[in-house]
Amino acid sequence: MQQATADGLELTVNGERRRFPAPLTVAGLLAELDLDIRKVAVERNEEIVRRATYAETMLTSGDVLEIVHFIGGG
Amino acid sequence: MEDTWTVAGRTFQSRLIVGTGKYKDLPETAAAIEASGAEIVTVAVRRVNIADSGQPMLQDYVDPKKYTYLPNTAGCHTARDAVRTLRLAREAGGWNLVKLEVLGPPPHLYPDMPATMEAAEALIKDGFEVMVYCADDPLAATRLEELGCVAIMPLGAPIGSGLGIQNPAMLSMMIEQAKVPLLVDAGVGTASDAAIGMELGCTAVLMNSAIAHAGNPVLMARAMKAAVEAGRLAYLAKRMPRRMGADPSSPLAGLIR
Repeated sequence: MQQATADGLELTVNGERRRFPAPLTVAGLLAELDLDIRKVAVERNEEIVRRATYAETMLTSGDVLEIVHFIGGG
Repeated sequence: MEDTWTVAGRTFQSRLIVGTGKYKDLPETAAAIEASGAEIVTVAVRRVNIADSGQPMLQDYVDPKKYTYLPNTAGCHTARDAVRTLRLAREAGGWNLVKLEVLGPPPHLYPDMPATMEAAEALIKDGFEVMVYCADDPLAATRLEELGCVAIMPLGAPIGSGLGIQNPAMLSMMIEQAKVPLLVDAGVGTASDAAIGMELGCTAVLMNSAIAHAGNPVLMARAMKAAVEAGRLAYLAKRMPRRMGADPSSPLAGLIR
């Protein structure tokens, strides 16, 4: 796993490794991905990130994130 | 006549719970749910497509303020996955009423009861109110109630099979002993199946494929609404006794000679 560098950080988001500009909060990541924070939930390294803390939760290189939403199901 | 039912302190008029999966598209999902009269809808939790975040979302068509979302654990085959999924659902939706299902492998997708109990225990400890999909096993149902599940939801036939209610005798016995709402979940194929479930005395019926995979889902949703209401009324009205032989409906007195 790569370490944080001046030109960004590497995250695994929904199984996909991607580079993002640093520094980055969870709120920033969701904005970067153009996702509506009211419609998703975020897990960081298998821990739920509370919606109220998105703006202050700093991401670090190597973080594994799951971003989910509701879809049709039985 | 007011005839409501209550689960986890929430009261509902409709005794039909519908899934939101397997429809052609989101507009059809919305139209079928509207026609069904359901107040609770089951939903799944999945990764967002980060490559294409502009896609329409379920909430845009099925308003969570109008319908009670019941997040499920479909696709989870272990207690750990089920708990993780519903913790995310709780954060996404902000509520704790959930549908737990932990299934075995295809082709049966039969409820894995040891894993279901393990997950139920962990979820209840974590503050969830658990409506639980289960086998038609009265001992397992009692144990799930003792764990604190708020509704017991045995199958009438395998998920998505549309075979109808294959186990009316066992369901009747489970209804008899249940102290929390008992719902038939899975197996309904057409309207008469839903009516049979309600006539047995189920609190409500949960279905997805029977509506979504019908030739005309919106029309079938209407049929299911009517069938659940008819079955409920028939249950309350108490059916006539069965008799082995005919009993004339017209009086025999006063016949012409």
